[in-house]
Amino acid sequence: MNHQIRRIAGLLTAVMLLLIGNLSLTQVFQADELRLHQDNTRLLLEEYGRERGSILVGDKPVARSVKTGGTLAYERQYVDGEMYAPATGFYSLVYGATGLERIYNALLSGRDDRLAVDRLQQLLAGREARGGVVTLTLNAKMQKVAFNAMAGRAGSVVALDPATGEILTLVSTPSYDPTTLSINQPASVRKAYEALLADPKEPMMNRPLTKTLPPGSTFKLVVAAAALASGKYSADTLIPGPATIKLPNSTKRLGNWQGTACSPSGKVTLRRALEVSCNTAFAWLGMQLGADAISAQAEKFGFNQSFTTPLVSASSVFPAGLDDAQTAMSSIGQFDVRATTLQMAMVTSAITNNGVLMKPFLVKDIRTSELGLLESTSPINLGQAQDPAQSKALLDMMRSVVTDGTASSGLVKGVLVGAKTGTAETGTTALPHAWFVATATYQGRSIVVAVVVENGGGETEVSGNRIAGPIAAKVIKAAFL
Amino acid sequence: MTTLQFKVRNHRREVELFLLLLFLGIAKLALFIVENATGFVIPTSGYIQIAILVSVIVGHFFIRAVASSADPFIYPIAVFLNLLGIVMIHRLDIADHIRSQSSGAKVSIEAPSQSTWLILGVAAFGVILILLRDHRQLQRYTFTAMVAGLVLLLLPLIPGLGATVNGARLWIRIGSQSFQPAEFAKIVLPIFFAGYLARNRASMAAIKNRWLGIGIPRARELGPIALAWMLSILVLISQRDLGTSLLFFGLFVGLLYMATGQRTWLVLGALLFSVGATVAYFLFSHVRLRTTVWLDPFAYSSDEGYQLVQALYGFASGGIFGRGFGQGYSWLVPYAKSDFILASFGEELGYAGLVAITLLYVFLVQRALRIALATRDDFGQLLSTGIGLVLGLQIFVVFGGVTRLIPLTGLTTPFLAAGGSALISNWIMIALLLRISHTSALLNAPSGDAQ
Repeated sequence: MNHQIRRIAGLLTAVMLLLIGNLSLTQVFQADELRLHQDNTRLLLEEYGRERGSILVGDKPVARSVKTGGTLAYERQYVDGEMYAPATGFYSLVYGATGLERIYNALLSGRDDRLAVDRLQQLLAGREARGGVVTLTLNAKMQKVAFNAMAGRAGSVVALDPATGEILTLVSTPSYDPTTLSINQPASVRKAYEALLADPKEPMMNRPLTKTLPPGSTFKLVVAAAALASGKYSADTLIPGPATIKLPNSTKRLGNWQGTACSPSGKVTLRRALEVSCNTAFAWLGMQLGADAISAQAEKFGFNQSFTTPLVSASSVFPAGLDDAQTAMSSIGQFDVRATTLQMAMVTSAITNNGVLMKPFLVKDIRTSELGLLESTSPINLGQAQDPAQSKALLDMMRSVVTDGTASSGLVKGVLVGAKTGTAETGTTALPHAWFVATATYQGRSIVVAVVVENGGGETEVSGNRIAGPIAAKVIKAAFL
Repeated sequence: MTTLQFKVRNHRREVELFLLLLFLGIAKLALFIVENATGFVIPTSGYIQIAILVSVIVGHFFIRAVASSADPFIYPIAVFLNLLGIVMIHRLDIADHIRSQSSGAKVSIEAPSQSTWLILGVAAFGVILILLRDHRQLQRYTFTAMVAGLVLLLLPLIPGLGATVNGARLWIRIGSQSFQPAEFAKIVLPIFFAGYLARNRASMAAIKNRWLGIGIPRARELGPIALAWMLSILVLISQRDLGTSLLFFGLFVGLLYMATGQRTWLVLGALLFSVGATVAYFLFSHVRLRTTVWLDPFAYSSDEGYQLVQALYGFASGGIFGRGFGQGYSWLVPYAKSDFILASFGEELGYAGLVAITLLYVFLVQRALRIALATRDDFGQLLSTGIGLVLGLQIFVVFGGVTRLIPLTGLTTPFLAAGGSALISNWIMIALLLRISHTSALLNAPSGDAQ
């Protein structure tokens, strides 16, 4: 019977090899496809089974994972969620991740290769694997003050450290609480998301980085910089500032918001023109300089490009191919000029920082779960937007706008503040947008703030000062005092 | 002559002890990894470990005492597979326990009872080795084995005694204790088949008429296979379990082929089984369901196919090297500790780990068949081959089922899966193999053919 035994042995071995071969299909060749199968919950469990790293502001977490005791071991929760939503984004079972939660997903979830050593240590120490930590550049106090000062009105606040480009404040209102979208209950998440999506005030929009609006009179800073750069003008050069100015090839006349000439003589210095936000003077100046010169200056300040903070900002626009009338309109920040709040903060930051434009950034550093430093963001110099002497002159002009001009609400006792207001027509019947950009220096340290209150109200230039200015002043106070 | 025998014996037992200690070490390491990965230790497990250690070492010295020339690989491999199974069950116990802390659901902790079954299994192994000094004694009980086999198979059908678990009526329940008599049929039926065929093989081999190279047996010779077929169909119908019926029919056909050397029986057996399976397909909705789920499990991924689909996801998640012992989501698969324990291993130890486990089984089966080759008496040859077939067919049916090579049926994974009756029965089979191995080594040794 030995022959048959050998046959049976061979048959049984063959059958076992068949098993191994078949198994290789499942475990090796079709594994990726099976892993990504839509009803495969393992990916989810894995993602939610590990403690996701926190997002810190200072040393306090604004996004953290909390043990649930449920099937999904952890749940994402946010502290002051509405305040920090534009930075953190959300981390949803249903809708995926947005904001820094998405951009730093690999690190936060612990999959990032830079965490390899950390993972090994956790394994050897028998600790539960945790994700890495992201620290923001935001200043908790300023962020809170700015958010509260907006008091629910639609708009945004950006504050920067002009010397480094660190984003100190990033507020978007109205906002939403990412926790409602990140809890482990899909039905409730869906409901919350649908409601936010249906809200006409667009609470999930990241206004300071992505919403471009006509910058109004704050754009006069760019025109003033271009004028200084041309070498033909200084702060004290007299330029015409009549009550109205005729637009070339047009029947329309462009007038001052005051309705009168900017000075009794009808001529003003460049400084005075900025102080009183003289439309006719800047329209005239713009036409003298030409669209190309203004465009070049705008681009030096960062217009026509987007920035990766790493949240990507929208490009601010100074349009090309303008005729004289359009140039005149554009010089006062109307027509098709569009800017994000971030962009106008950047203009102010270059003026404050001796003309050097720094790349804005939101993430200070990334760390392992044990807070070992992995990578810290180095400030990036984007170039000389302005000659240092000219930037000093323009900064000085901005300061007189506060002391002697339209931006009186920017005054903060003990702090050297310069500012520029803006009231941007929307081109519709809706109320204009109130702008306020400010630069503040205190004990050798400077910050810049840009505030927009959308459809803030007021027909005249005072609205920027009255509505947006106090918000900027509060942020400046929070930064220094 | 005695010196040679002495040498051979010593060498074999040293190999066995070495392998045993090696496997115990690996199992202990696996336990350490699991408890480290899950961050959890069940406090009583220390005593259990010592009890297991003592009993398997005692088992080894038992072999030295009463079956000193037996095969040195079988015992350590059986112990190793059994321990791996316990570590995995322990790992799944921990997962259940952790989840029950939040949900408050009651969980069944099975590793301690499985450990007890291991110790009882080794004890049964020892008892068989003592009681049975020569495997040829068993041939006398051929008829008894047949009756016992039939009784065991039909026991669950007795009203009040039988219990239906997961659609299959394979269990009997006495008080709070339940066990699967079919597991013990896996021991007695090979004894019956071996005894019967050893006696009648000459007459059954005499097939004269041939057609297309295949022998056509006469009606008289058809009797036994027809009977076995009807018995397997009966099991299929009454207990609704395709796996068990396939196992016994396959075992019989395999041994019939072995005894007669006629491939006719293999062809006929395959034909008969196909007929039976087709009939079952049309007759029983649950067989139909199993087949549909087998063909496209993902279409039923939230109901009937859930278990299989989860198992496939588990295999995929394990990939080549696995998630690491204690680090997967193997508890997502229903019956991860018993029927689907191979999926648990696939997820956590990966393809590499499962191939290793499969090779252990291949080796175990090959050792059984080597024993058959080294044995001189027909009964011993048939019995050890029968045991090899029972083990091999079970692996194929279970493994093929959970990996979707064949439709899923209810058989246990020898030594790995949680389940007391199966474990005891498997250990008795190991005892029989070692007894046959020892006897034949003693008979062969004087002629200088010890290996």
